[in-house]
Amino acid sequence: MNQDQPSRRGVLLKLGVLVNAAAGAILAVPIVRYLLSPVLGERKKGSAPWLALGLLDQFPAGQTRLATYRNPVANATDGETANIPCWVRNVDGVKFQVFAINCAHLGCPVRWFPQSGLFMCPCHGGVYYSDGSRASGPPERGLFEYAYKVEEGKLLIQAGALPTPGAPSLTNISIRKSPCA
Amino acid sequence: MRVIKRIGEWLEQRVQLAAPIRETMEHPVPRQTASWAYVFGSAALTVLMLQLVTGILLALLYVPSAGEAWNSLQILNHDVTLGWFVRALHGWGSNFMVAIVLIHMVQVFLFGAYKFPRELTWLVGVLLLLLTLGMAFTGQILRFDQDAYWGLGIGASIASRVPVAGPWIVNLLLGGPIIAGATLSRFFALHVFVIPGSLLAFVGLHLLLVLKLGINEWPMPGRIVRRATYMNEYHELTHKDGIPFVPGAIAKDLLFSGFILLSIAACALFFGPFGPSGQPDPTIIQTVPKPDYFFLWLYAVLSLLPPSMETPVLLIGPVIALGALFALPFFSGEGEKSWKRRPIAVLTILLVAVALGTFTRLAGNAPWSPVMDAWSGEPIPPQYLKGRTALQRQGALVFQAKQCHNCHALGGVGGQRGPELDRVAVTLTEDQLVRQVIQGGGNMPAYGKNLSPAETTALVAFLETLSPSGQAPARDASRQ
Repeated sequence: MNQDQPSRRGVLLKLGVLVNAAAGAILAVPIVRYLLSPVLGERKKGSAPWLALGLLDQFPAGQTRLATYRNPVANATDGETANIPCWVRNVDGVKFQVFAINCAHLGCPVRWFPQSGLFMCPCHGGVYYSDGSRASGPPERGLFEYAYKVEEGKLLIQAGALPTPGAPSLTNISIRKSPCA
Repeated sequence: MRVIKRIGEWLEQRVQLAAPIRETMEHPVPRQTASWAYVFGSAALTVLMLQLVTGILLALLYVPSAGEAWNSLQILNHDVTLGWFVRALHGWGSNFMVAIVLIHMVQVFLFGAYKFPRELTWLVGVLLLLLTLGMAFTGQILRFDQDAYWGLGIGASIASRVPVAGPWIVNLLLGGPIIAGATLSRFFALHVFVIPGSLLAFVGLHLLLVLKLGINEWPMPGRIVRRATYMNEYHELTHKDGIPFVPGAIAKDLLFSGFILLSIAACALFFGPFGPSGQPDPTIIQTVPKPDYFFLWLYAVLSLLPPSMETPVLLIGPVIALGALFALPFFSGEGEKSWKRRPIAVLTILLVAVALGTFTRLAGNAPWSPVMDAWSGEPIPPQYLKGRTALQRQGALVFQAKQCHNCHALGGVGGQRGPELDRVAVTLTEDQLVRQVIQGGGNMPAYGKNLSPAETTALVAFLETLSPSGQAPARDASRQ
């Protein structure tokens, strides 16, 4: 056999490696996209839906009450974890503040103490004033606040995402448009 | 008997493993390694096997769905015959595994086993420690209860602090914008497929390296490791004065492993399974989430760091710690192995142990957390109310009603977030007390908006009575 001629076997080997590399690259695209699906997807600012927390008379003026909503991106396997609580403060009958339940330190559920007018966190001792601003403890900021509006006697908020210190948005979600809609 | 022998011969003709297995079992090891100090690696392997078996048994009934996981654990605990015991074995096995892996690591560090030629064995060992801790954390998530739910929130909050990529990391970690079904499913995949798969592969490599390079000899002060001569010295040690691993050295391994398995079974029997605590329903906010034992130190660190230091320490600390562990064999690959000649190594272990122990102990009673029900559940000690005026008693009422007790202890009960107030009148004057209550400061919220003048007057009148008998209250020198 001539040494300079590429052997049949050598060509086949190279072809085999090439075909498998190509197959790997082609398969990698959908696999990586599947893995990254929680962060990919269309996201328009303000595209999070408005969710009703309840009728206005559930939130008396001057008081702060716990409300819950069903997260808009919930699916059938989420169970109770998609029921999200939040604190609704009716400031003066006209203005509202809606706070995320999550402490701005590390996300534990803050509790409202109407007598002292403070939110306290059970985990690392974060404390907030009634307007959500930081009072003491490890948090570096006040409580996360939802955008709200009042429509037809109902209090609506824009929600969908877990707020965290590095990603404080409450509406950072991608909503897939149903093809049937 | 003859049938068994013939089956054996039939198999051996095909797999041809008898010779390599015998060679592996009888490979010579240094005589002094047949010691109780060398039993932790094999014990960790034994517990890993227990975790594999009990994990598969649990997977027969566990439902990895956010809506069903908690219920399936209740069924395991209460309805399935001995389901509670299998859960307890797996939970206690996990605690023993982390503990044994840590002890093993300390032992090989103090015995200089990471030095030439066993650098890679050490590196793989560090990976195995990380994977073991990964199993402990993901396992705690699969026990999908309140602690798991809020623990995920803490994990997400920490991950979010990574510069630039934080928000993406959170979504990848949670599998979506909130802690929900996808979160549990991906932690299930990690705990059941990804991490155990890697763990088994790296355990295989770790063992292969131990066999290829031989077990670390007992370190003698003055016997220096040099790259040029070590291999010959070790060969001589094992072949002139060695004993076969089986039966020479394996007896203590076997005994200790058996003892550990019995201890796990005893703990499982007497203490039972871990949790689950309350349902993973985020609307139940009357909860005080706490991590499992081996992450308690982190819980304490997160509470005690100054706020501005937290993000740098959280993000850079692990990089430095892991960098040090990975770099160790390259910086000190030669030289003295014996702990008797390595005081810094011994002090490092002591320092780390004391620090972790202190943080873990502190996290046990969490003095930084307000006691959320002290204001309604812990009465003011009667001696602080006896013989007081109406105004002072009114002040005691304000103290309870405004949740002061949640952060300030009286008579040893109540929160420890703020200072105890049993002798506050000795240190602060009336004016200083008024100022502190109204304006707050020094990590105390300001109560100015939430106390009427009458309430403040009463509260301060009560605080003014809090001085031990015989000690004069604080005086304002400018008013003498």
